[in-house]
Amino acid sequence: MDNPTFQMIQTITQNRINDLFARKSQGLLNVYFTAGFPEIGATASILRSLEKAGVDLVEIGMPYSDPVADGETIQQSNMKALEDGMSLRLLFEQLAGCRDEVTVPILLMGYINPVLQFGVEAFCRKCKEVGVDGVILPDLPLDLYLDEYEPIFREYGLLNIFLITPQTTEARIRLIDEQTEGFIYMVSSASITGSQSGVSDEMLAYFNRIQAMNLRNPRLIGFGIKDSETYQMACQYANGAIIGSAFIRHLQNGPATEERIQEFVSAIR
Amino acid sequence: MQVALDQTLSPFGVNDKGFYGRFGGAFIPEMLYPNVEELRRNYLTIINDPAFQQEYRDLLTDYVGRPTPLFLASRLSEQLNATIYLKREDLCHTGAHKVNNTVGQILIAKRLGKKRIVAETGAGQHGVATATVCALMGLECVVYMGAIDIERQKPNVDRMKMLGATVVAATSGSQTLKDATNEAMRHWINNPVDTHYIIGSVVGPHPYPDMVARFQSVISEEVKKQLFAKTGSENPDYVVACVGGGSNAAGAFFHYLDEPSVKLVAAEAAGMGISSGHSAATTALGKPGVLHGSRTILMQTEDGQVTEPYSISAGLDYPGIGPLHAHLYDSGRGIFKSITDEDAVKSAFELTRLEGIIPALESAHALAALKELPLTDKDVVVVCLSGRGDKDLATYSKYL
Ligand SMILES: Cc1ncc(COP(=O)(O)O)c(C=O)c1O
Repeated sequence: MDNPTFQMIQTITQNRINDLFARKSQGLLNVYFTAGFPEIGATASILRSLEKAGVDLVEIGMPYSDPVADGETIQQSNMKALEDGMSLRLLFEQLAGCRDEVTVPILLMGYINPVLQFGVEAFCRKCKEVGVDGVILPDLPLDLYLDEYEPIFREYGLLNIFLITPQTTEARIRLIDEQTEGFIYMVSSASITGSQSGVSDEMLAYFNRIQAMNLRNPRLIGFGIKDSETYQMACQYANGAIIGSAFIRHLQNGPATEERIQEFVSAIR
Repeated sequence: MQVALDQTLSPFGVNDKGFYGRFGGAFIPEMLYPNVEELRRNYLTIINDPAFQQEYRDLLTDYVGRPTPLFLASRLSEQLNATIYLKREDLCHTGAHKVNNTVGQILIAKRLGKKRIVAETGAGQHGVATATVCALMGLECVVYMGAIDIERQKPNVDRMKMLGATVVAATSGSQTLKDATNEAMRHWINNPVDTHYIIGSVVGPHPYPDMVARFQSVISEEVKKQLFAKTGSENPDYVVACVGGGSNAAGAFFHYLDEPSVKLVAAEAAGMGISSGHSAATTALGKPGVLHGSRTILMQTEDGQVTEPYSISAGLDYPGIGPLHAHLYDSGRGIFKSITDEDAVKSAFELTRLEGIIPALESAHALAALKELPLTDKDVVVVCLSGRGDKDLATYSKYL
């Protein structure tokens, strides 16, 4: 797998994510929330509020029964949304028309099985239709993606964002950098989402190592980014940061109003 | 080890990308990639090393108690009008076939320099088999078990604790085996360098299904020799085994996969009946998809959410099957039968009264499947009696 046998992607897809990074390369903030959480009908309004609050990218979680890469907070939000009847079909209905109001790049984050059942091509077509720009599917590994699905994603102009961790080898990072566009999702430490491990020397060594690689893709750091301090730290080593569990906790602690979302984002920046 | 099956040539072997036909692969998050890749790069070299083989074989003989007998069940044979042999995995140390795999994997973990073992368990059999080999080798052991299973399988929880393992309740999702598996995977993600994950069946990302099948293949390796000694032929007409994830079945089928005259029968748990809404009959109710790192057949909703299965037997209470079995089903090489709780319990009592052997509830599903086969007096059948019924006495006692 570490032998790149695929041709390097040359073209830069016309896409809101690529446009964003062409415009802005520092201090980007990507906020994650689970579709249909805390209320099943809240998806579109949370998306609008995040854009109003000045978030640069929005990552919407597609709830799944068995989210192995996620910690307790995101798992629980997934379970709650599923119990309330959330589904991929409903998510696409909720997002239909959102592009009349929001211009922020939208990513869908979730697991491969619901996408397979929806049909990969149908999924990509729907993403294009409603204005989704990219996806993050942690359990669809790079080799399987390139072997089976890359042409479909490309046809619909959908970017597939891949993760790297402190354990990912240099050769593999180079391969991901060559084969994908949009940005690279740097998982801050060996962990699931929502970990509270804090910033270690090991972590900083990893950030420095990746920074020195001069990758062609921008990088966002996620996992464990939870407040202004961790956000600022991440921004020193990458183009920005991704916040998930901390925002879900904020939504658990009070209503998902525009004011409260503004409050959360202002506290980070 | 006598590896009769050439994995690269057999249509039922795993290919270099980890697939059996269209099933298998390694659908894992990047956080797990280095761990799984380390294992993938090393497992065959380690297994094929003569020093490893010596150590593994010695432990199977002196610690597990292998070879396990192949017993001619005369009275059961008479009743079913066929020649029925029982492969007595119930006589393994710890009471089931699970230990064949944990002995192999702990030796791999040691050679990879791992300090800690994590495992998932449903009924507790795999957890006990893992805690046992960890005690034997002096490695730390963490076992995830669904909070609901902890309550209903107390004796095995106590065994694990006595063996020195830390038993952690999986409180997410439905709090049973599938969630214990998720939690064990999360634990491995959080501890990528010093921990080895001992999966308990032929499930999970490549190379697990192949590695576990190889360790369990000792079952059919012995059956071939034993059957030849008893009948003059290595090959029975049928091999029958129950399938939770499918490890005892994979072991019992392994050396017969490329022997088309031997029919391979897999018994799935139908629970209260296939259409009752309380079932674990994966091939009857499932569809292709991805579960716990491999593309396989799994029970799921139309939206691709994993369904919570049900079976009276905790070891079969799993919403998927290993990718090898999905391929056997898909290709028609395997014959799949769904067995209800009621029929399994009935067969457990029959075996007990006819042969003086109390089978595990899981194994009782394989026994019940015999009645679904068009047996004649010329047929020779090997049933994998995967475990003993001591752990199931609380359930059996309701029927006394
Ligand atoms: C006695 C026994 N048989 C069978 C099984 C099912 O597992 P598998 O299908 O991997 O053999 C179990 C699992 O706990 C078991 O304890």
